[in-house]
This record gives sequence, structure tokens and C-alpha cells, in this order.
Amino acid sequence: MRTDAERQHTFTRRAIFVGGLQAAAAALLGGRMVYLSVFESEKYSTLAEENRVAVRLIPPRRGWIVDRNEKPIAINQPEYRLEMVPEQIDDIPAMLSRLQSFLKLPPEEMQRIREEIDAKPAYLPIEIASNVDWQEYSAINVRLPELDGVQPVRGFTRYYPEGAAVGHLMGYVGAPTREQWLEHDRDPLFLHPAFKVGKDGVERELDERLRGKQGARRVEVNARGRIIRDLETQPDVPGETVRLSIDRDLQAFSARRIGPESGSVVVIDTRTGEILTMVSMPAFDPNDFSDGISQKEWDALMGDEMRPLINKCVQGVYPPGSTFKPVTALAALAAGISPDDRVVCSGGYQLGRHRFACWRRGGHGATDLYKGIYQSCNVYFYTRGRQIGIEAIHDMGAKLGLGQSYDTLQLPHQNSGILPDPAWKRDRYNQDWLVGETLNSSIGQGYNAMSPLQLAVMAARVASGHAVMPTLLAGDSHQGAPLDIDPVHLQDVRHGMDLCVNGPAGTAGRSRLPLSDVRMGGKTGTAQVRALAKNRGGGIPWKYRDHGLFIAFAPVENPRYAISVTVEHGGGGSVAAAPIAKDVMTFIYDKDKALASLRRLEDAWGITPVAGDLFRRPETIRTESADGLAGTTRPA
Amino acid sequence: MASLALPDRLNRLPLLTVVAVLALGGFSLLVLYSAAGGSLRPWALNQGVRFAAMFVMMLGISQLDMRIWMRFAYPIYGLCLILLLAVEIIGQVGGGSQRWLNLGVINLQPSELMKIAVVLALARYYHFLPRANVKSWKALVFPATLLALPAALVMLQPDLGTALAILFGGTAIVFLGGASAWLFITGGALAIVAIPLAVKFLLHGYQQKRVLIFLDPEADPLGAGYHITQSKIAIGSGGIGGKGFMSGTQSHLQYLPELHTDFIFATMSEEWGLIGGLFVIACFAIIIARGVGTALTARTIFAQLVAMGMSATLFFYVFVNLAMVMGFAPVVGIPLPLMSYGGSAMLTATLLVGILLSVHGQRDRTRLTEGPGRI
Repeated sequence: MRTDAERQHTFTRRAIFVGGLQAAAAALLGGRMVYLSVFESEKYSTLAEENRVAVRLIPPRRGWIVDRNEKPIAINQPEYRLEMVPEQIDDIPAMLSRLQSFLKLPPEEMQRIREEIDAKPAYLPIEIASNVDWQEYSAINVRLPELDGVQPVRGFTRYYPEGAAVGHLMGYVGAPTREQWLEHDRDPLFLHPAFKVGKDGVERELDERLRGKQGARRVEVNARGRIIRDLETQPDVPGETVRLSIDRDLQAFSARRIGPESGSVVVIDTRTGEILTMVSMPAFDPNDFSDGISQKEWDALMGDEMRPLINKCVQGVYPPGSTFKPVTALAALAAGISPDDRVVCSGGYQLGRHRFACWRRGGHGATDLYKGIYQSCNVYFYTRGRQIGIEAIHDMGAKLGLGQSYDTLQLPHQNSGILPDPAWKRDRYNQDWLVGETLNSSIGQGYNAMSPLQLAVMAARVASGHAVMPTLLAGDSHQGAPLDIDPVHLQDVRHGMDLCVNGPAGTAGRSRLPLSDVRMGGKTGTAQVRALAKNRGGGIPWKYRDHGLFIAFAPVENPRYAISVTVEHGGGGSVAAAPIAKDVMTFIYDKDKALASLRRLEDAWGITPVAGDLFRRPETIRTESADGLAGTTRPA
Repeated sequence: MASLALPDRLNRLPLLTVVAVLALGGFSLLVLYSAAGGSLRPWALNQGVRFAAMFVMMLGISQLDMRIWMRFAYPIYGLCLILLLAVEIIGQVGGGSQRWLNLGVINLQPSELMKIAVVLALARYYHFLPRANVKSWKALVFPATLLALPAALVMLQPDLGTALAILFGGTAIVFLGGASAWLFITGGALAIVAIPLAVKFLLHGYQQKRVLIFLDPEADPLGAGYHITQSKIAIGSGGIGGKGFMSGTQSHLQYLPELHTDFIFATMSEEWGLIGGLFVIACFAIIIARGVGTALTARTIFAQLVAMGMSATLFFYVFVNLAMVMGFAPVVGIPLPLMSYGGSAMLTATLLVGILLSVHGQRDRTRLTEGPGRI
């Protein structure tokens, strides 16, 4: 570079070059601006809208379950919950420890929350606490601005006013399993913390009808997920209200009447198969499951020798004992044996070298069919059983609904029990049927195993002469076809059962109904747990005592209700089971009388009823209200 | 010269530049008002007071004798270097990186001032550099040192954006000062080859990721690409006319990060649309073009280089910021001059324009001092 002019020339050239570059850059930015805001505007407007608007699921309110008189059995109770969306939280451990200090969450809850955080997608809310009381709820609400990602939610929990009395019947609700979520095409509703499905009992069997349809809220949210305002709401469609055939008061009464025992009561309308009561005690309180049961409570339920988690009505099977005798009696009548034909009972029946004992050592003397029933004479039925053979007994049992589960009944886990015959034995043990087994079967021992529900169905069929099938839905009649049994035979057996309760020498004579115009016909039964004779009476461990059973129907002349009562290890049927049946039947016709009897018993037991809700007025039951949520208060 | 015929002198100011500065500053207040949800606090009021004070300061500086910049170029540079060192030492002692000195009224970032000081110092150097030496390699040692020291200190802070700004302004002056064109051609070529290699071998995993995310922000929409994606959504959804004052959703619902500082252009564009965006670009184009015009018409090397250096520095800021918010450049954390909320950035911008204006007013001078600077 030699001259100033040359240097100046270089500068000018280069300055213009730099200026040109800058102009080009400006054009580039301007072009980009035009590209973004004109040509890509639509795309980015959509994205901005997607940012701004979030769709929040409204889980459907579960349908109510009401009894035959529209009294609520399962309803929804408003509750406050706290949820958090992990995605919107910067420091999750710090947030958790703050929440822990606000809410005093127990360690196992913290553990559950941590597990859910790991297991669920980060954009889905996780329940921190349910059933938050108003004080805590408002304390959290005040602190919300510093708790980004935490949202208070008003929702509903399932509430069963009768508590444990309807535990097994209702089952319980809980969060859907991962498998259910996958089955429903990964429906996000199934991951919603407030969405519950039926896990057992009626809640499970009628889940689809109770579930309803989810609603949605379109809301404006900020980047932290906080809702700024509601845009529009599509309300949820609550699940159907299901009216059960259950009579809530009778159910609650029965539960209380079982009292401290481990047992079950099933009451069936003999004309329709509608189940009015199905109680298994002791029972879990389904309310405890509604917002998650603690490990401690669960362990207690699991460890109880009275098996409160088992619905004994359908899952428990027992040797029916003498309650089976009406089956043998009908089979004998069908085989042409006259009811007046007598058998002489001398206290036992000799078969080869083995003597089959009657429960009365001294024997019953000359015994006809009626006496065989009302005195529960074993020898009479040994004799008839041997005469007609096991096939005849089996076929009659099958006609009366034994040995099967009922697809008309809205309950899972039905145990179909055992109604044995030679084919069954060959199938099961690959052995021939023995005559001695026929004798045992004819008095309901041996292989026989029946559930209380089956015994109730049997009683209903004996009472009505129809192939009644059980159902839990009101108005869902399953009267069935008339049975292929001579009505006169049924009348004979019912007469024997009438005498059993109302005759001068019936085994259930102490369980006569305290009513002037209604009589109950029944049959006692005692299922041996250990070998005969050794285990009668007290002084032996509870779990080795006999089961007491009782089946009955009323009124005798024109049967309307059939009942089966089972008391595990309660001793004989006449002392343990029949009195319960008496009180339950009495309750149907005269509530005050039955309640007076119950109070006397409860005083003797030293029990103050807590589970039952029999005397609570319906108005005091908190019901869901629609404030804040669109839709009707009560599903129509 | 020393006489202060103020009205007349102010009259000679390039009116468009002053109006553009006023327009940008005023527009910024509207945007900050909206960004705060329709409130003067916490941003608009502060920024307004600051802008008013600094605008007056800018007019004052525009009246200073250009020779002051010449005379004090090295001392200013030296002072800035000491402040940079001080910040670094305080930061080290205090246990943590720090970029600013608290001067009570303002948190001063020496690195901001350094951008101006480097331009002045280099312009002075080239002004006095004998023309015969301009292309020699030895003549590059001093400018290289002048640039390397502050750039290294700023990188230590670490503040990549400002370091690049210092290097960009300084390099522009070296180029305009007449250094061999081959230096830049080979340098540029080397850079093109070296950058991908450097990305591959020198950068850490997370740094590489940043570069890759810049190249494809949608690949990681909720992670590091989030800022760019949200910014593009804000600008794009604004459309031609914008969503309207106070009606931006991206900004008000907090999807836009740094909505009042680095991403203020996106905040503005969402509500004012393409029209607002082009208006801002035009205002900066006026200021920068006017600076280039000043340089082309100035009669001394110092004036030429200062004018070019200042406008290049301003250009660098505006370009990098706008390229970033429009998804053209990685997120480097450079504010938009005159619009972004913040004192230091505004101080730099007003000083810069003030010096530009003072050079403009005295571009016809032919002699600044004795020496080879005379054309």
C-alpha cells in the first residue's frame, strides 16, 4: 500500500463490502420474518393454540347402586384431592419433602408416590393425597403459587353407607390395572387418579354400566400447567343407576344378626330369583378401599381366621349335612316310595361290617318321610339312599340347582361346589363309587360341598317348584320353568320342613316365627368338620367345631322367601343357624319384633353396632352435589 | 469548536437515526408494559426512566469533540481491561462467576464497555499506522493482542456472546484498516473447515448437543430446543398484523422464556406481527446504514474506522439476537439493543450511537492530530 488514495480506495471498497453484507443480513432477517409470520403462520398459530389450550379429562361419576326400594347402597361422596404433574415440577424431591411437611404424609404414602412418579408418564397427574380435609385443602390452596405443578382437585369417592354389611356384595373400587389400561387402548382415562373401576363383587360385574362417559374441560393453561381460565366444558355422563334386588335394611339387619359369628345369610325371592340379602360376615368395609387401603389394614384382613375377604355366600362351600335331606327325600318320592312308608331307626344302619350312625344314638323308631325330615333321621335317608341309588340323588340335586354356578347372578368367583356321582368320582379319583358313599351322600356328607347361595336356590326351588335362578338386579325375573318334580312330592317335603319348625318335635322347634299369621318351613343341618360325636359342644377349638346350617322358606302355604344360613364352626344347625333365619324372616314381616330380638342379643354379646346404618335417615347421607361441575346431581 | 451553539448542532444531527433510536426505545416500553400483563412494573417504568436518562446522555455524547475519543482511546481500553480483571478476581474470590460490578445505580458490565473500547483503540492504532506497514504481518501483532486479552477474559466469565461481539467488532476494524485480504480469505476458509472439526472433537457432549439442537430444534421440543421453538411459535403465530396489543398468549402464559430480555423481539412480534417485526428491523437498518454512510463520507481514518466499527458492533448484536429468536442461530444470550430490558445493554447501545453521532457531526474534519492519519 503506497498511497493514501490507495488506502482510501481499499477502505471504501471494503466498507461497501461490509455494508453490503449487513444489508444482505438485514434482507435475510426480513425474509425469515416474512417466512415465519406469513407462510408458516398457520402452523405456528396451531402450535400456539395447542400450547394455550389443554384438554383436561373429567372422569365420569360412577353410577349409583340402590336397593329395591331406591335406598342408596353405593354413592359418590365429594372429596378434595391433591394431584401433581411431575413434568411441571423442577425439583421433585424438594417438592415432595415440602408436601410431606404440609400434609404429614406417612412414609408408605411417600413410597407410593415415588413409585408412581417412576411408573407413569410425566405429563399425567399423580395423586398425592385423597380425602384431604378442608383445613389442609385451604392451607395448600394458599401456598399454591409456590407449588407449581401441584393442583387441588375436587372429586368424588365411592361411599357405601352400610359399610361392611355390603362389603362382599359390592366388592370395592380401585385404580385400574395396567392390563385394563392396555385392554382399553391406553385410554388416558384409565390413568386418571380419580378414575376407579370395580374390583370385586357387583362393582366389578356391573362395571361397564356404572362407569359412565368421561367429560372434558378445555382450559387455558400457562407453561407451568396452571389453569388460567376455563374455555368450555363437556360434562361427563354419569354411569347408570343400578337398582339391585337387595333390600338394604334386610341386608344390614342380617349382617348385624350374624353378629360375632363367621357366617352368611342369603335370602331369595322364590318367585323371581331376586336376591334380597346376601351377607357374609365378618366383612371388610368397602369404604376402606375407596381411597386405597393401607398395608396394615390389608394384613389384618388377610390374617383373620374368619376370612373376612372371602364372600362365603358364593365362595365358601360346606358339606350341606342334613339340609341336603330334602333332595334325597324328593329323589325317593320320585322313585315311587310313599311318604308314609316307614323305616325303623335303631340308632344306626349296618352296611357290611360298617355301622352308619344316626345322630340320635337311641334311634327314632318307626320313621316316615315327614319324621325323617323334621327329626332329621339319618337311618331313614341311609335306607332311602341305598334304595334309589346315587344317580337318583344326584339328578334330583341337579334339578334343584346344586353343583352349578349361576350365570344369571352378577357376582364373580362363584364356587360351583360338588354334587357327587359315580362319573364325578371316576373323573376325579379314577375310582369306583362305593355304596357307603351313597349312604353318606344321602345325608349330605361325604363328597357333598355346597355354597350357601346354592342351598338358598335349592330351598327356593323346593318352595316354588320352579327352576328359579338367582339374580341381583331388581325386576330381573328368573322364575324358570316348572321343575320336573311332582308338585305333590314338593308339598310332602315342604310339609316335613313345616313340621321341622312348627311341629311338636322338629329339630328347629325353637326357631318358630314369633308371628301369628306366617309360618316358616325349614331344615337344619350340621356339617362335620371333624369326626362325628367327638366334637359336639364346647371346650374344643373354634376351628374344629361343626358348621351349623339352615335352609327355610316362608310362608309355608304360599312360599315367597327362601333363606339359607350358614354359621361356620357354630355348632349344630338348630342352635347356630336356625335362630338367625328366624330373626331375618321375622324382620321381613315385622321389623320391630326382629329388632327387639336383635337388641337383646347385641346386649348379650356386648356389641354396639357400628357397621350397620339401619337407623340413619337417608337425608343425612352426604350426596354428590353438582356445584362446580356441570351435569345432573343424581344420574337419572 | 468548543463553542456550544447547541440548537444548531443538534439540528445537524442525522434526524432519522435519532428518531429510530427513540422509536425503538419507546416501542420497547410498550412491549414491556404488555409483557408484564399490562403493568408499568416491574419493567416498563424502570426501563423508561433509564432510557430517558441514557437518551439524553447519548445526545450529550454526540456533541463531544471526536478528538477526545482519539486521545483517550488507549486509557479507556486500559481501564476496561482493569475492570474486566477486577470482575474476574472478585468472581474468583467470591467463589462463583460474576460479570458485573455493582456501582449502586447500575450493575456495570465491563465487558459491555469493552466492545466500544476495543473499537476505539483499534481505530486509533490504524489511524496512526504508517500506510506502508498496513499489510505487513508485524502490524497485526498489536491488534491481535488488543483483541485477544479482553476476548479471553470475557470467555473466562464465561460469556461467549460478548466475546464473539468483541472479536467481531475488532476484526471488522482490522479488515477495514487494510490488513491483507488473504488473511481473511484463508482465515475464513480455515474456519469453515475447522468449525465442524472443533464441534466434533473439542466440544463437550452437552455443547455438541446444543449445536445439534440449534440445527434441529424440534428434535427436542421440551429440552434445550424449547426456547427456540417457543420463540418461533410466538413470531409465526403473530402473522401479519399480530394478535394485538396485550393479547399475546405465548408471552402472557409464560411459554416464551426471557420474554422481556433476550426474547423481547418474539414477545413484540406475537402482538404486532410482521409489521412490527419489519418496523424494528427497519429502525436498526436505518441506524446501521447511517453509520456506514458516515464512515464512507468521513475524511479521517479514525472517524471512518470508528463509524464502521460501531455500526458493525451494533449490527452484530442485532443480527445475532434476531437470528436466535427466529431460529437461525443457537441460543447465546445476547440482548436486543435498545429494546431488551436491562441497563448495561442499553448503556452500550446509547454510548455506541452517541459516538456514532459525534463522528457523524465531525466527519468533515480532515485533521485530528499530527501524524500519518491525515489523508
